[in-house]
Amino acid sequence: MRRATRSTIQAATLAVATLVVAGSLPARAADVAVKIDNFAFAPERVTVKAGTTVTWTNEDDIPHTIASSARLFKSKALDTDDKYAFTFTTPGVYQYFCSLHPHMTGTIVVEAETGSALR
Amino acid sequence: MSEFDSEQDRTGVNRRKVLECMTWAGTGVLWTIAGGVPRAAGIMGEAMAAEPAGLSFLQISDSHMGFDKPANPNVIGTLEEAIGKIKTLPIKPSFMIHTGDITHLSKPSEFDDAERIISQARLDVHYVPGEHDILDEEVKLYRERYGRGTKGSGWYSFDANGVHFIGLVNVANLKAGGQGSLGEEQLAWLADDLNGRTDSTPIVVFAHIPLWVVYPAWGWGTEDSGRALDTLKRFGSVTVLNGHIHQVMQKVEGNVTFHTASSTAFPQPAPGTAPSPGPMKVADDKLRSLLGIAEVTFKPGQQRLAIVDQPLKA
Repeated sequence: MRRATRSTIQAATLAVATLVVAGSLPARAADVAVKIDNFAFAPERVTVKAGTTVTWTNEDDIPHTIASSARLFKSKALDTDDKYAFTFTTPGVYQYFCSLHPHMTGTIVVEAETGSALR
Repeated sequence: MSEFDSEQDRTGVNRRKVLECMTWAGTGVLWTIAGGVPRAAGIMGEAMAAEPAGLSFLQISDSHMGFDKPANPNVIGTLEEAIGKIKTLPIKPSFMIHTGDITHLSKPSEFDDAERIISQARLDVHYVPGEHDILDEEVKLYRERYGRGTKGSGWYSFDANGVHFIGLVNVANLKAGGQGSLGEEQLAWLADDLNGRTDSTPIVVFAHIPLWVVYPAWGWGTEDSGRALDTLKRFGSVTVLNGHIHQVMQKVEGNVTFHTASSTAFPQPAPGTAPSPGPMKVADDKLRSLLGIAEVTFKPGQQRLAIVDQPLKA
């Protein structure tokens, strides 16, 4: 499990490398897990610090995807137990959905690394 | 004519193109289809005078080749049983339509299994894709196999025995928070495709996700299907055949009959009766009563097509 997670994170880091070339990578924040279960993202809304890697795991018997509504990121179809990871480097509100079952939606809120006073 | 029929251009004119060109040219030959081979029934005057023949065709859906979870670890076996049933039907159907989710994960081996088994029915098969058939990154596997001669993401129409068949795609480019979607380009094509056809032409529309609102909380509907149905309003007989929800459901609204077919792979729960629409595990001896095929018969002069659902095992 741990090994699989790390390799997907590495893959995702490569995938987002183009997004962060302009600046240095932010300090590593605690990683966050979102599970896909019963055709829903749980938790549906997550607030993280910039630099956090969010890893989704599909626990359904049906494939799902994670697709940014603003087309900033998109996973392949995840079969049962497949994972997808994305590192959020820029503060903002990221809405996403499953492109196969678009009634499934979720939100990742990314706060600035120093933004803890806002909470 | 479209971007996917270059192969036919090399080998000759395909059947759909013949039909489309005939329609466009408005020439006086009536075509009928038997076993997938177009035949001229004579010049229009003669053909119109003759009583048009009835038509029987089959619908299969949601084969999900590659699915191996507890709800049915043997989807190859149940598809083979469905095709076996088709081969023993007393009246040989003219052709088959497959309303999508041929595969579970759009893998080449899954498409191969489907082709190997379904071709044993020795029937012409008209496909539309389900969301499970367009998962490969380049979205080319379905197109290469079934999308030739089609428009956009795979829509098309054809005629058989005086019935106009329209295959629509409502699983591509879906939007967050929405349901199935046809999109502007396809809706415009549909209006154009129907333009000039007489109101008395029986219409059969088939697509993967239901073109009526079955259960929005599970995404079981098509957000712009109302616009497609508006375009079809003037026709006296419209039959809408869908899959996706892995259970038989029927609704009649004015001149329109909506019907969803069983899957050959696994059942799904009735709307709202489970936490999610995921595959439903039932007792082994009950599974085959929830899987099956649909036989559709058109008789000239009758407004409604007869649809008989046939479970793999009663």
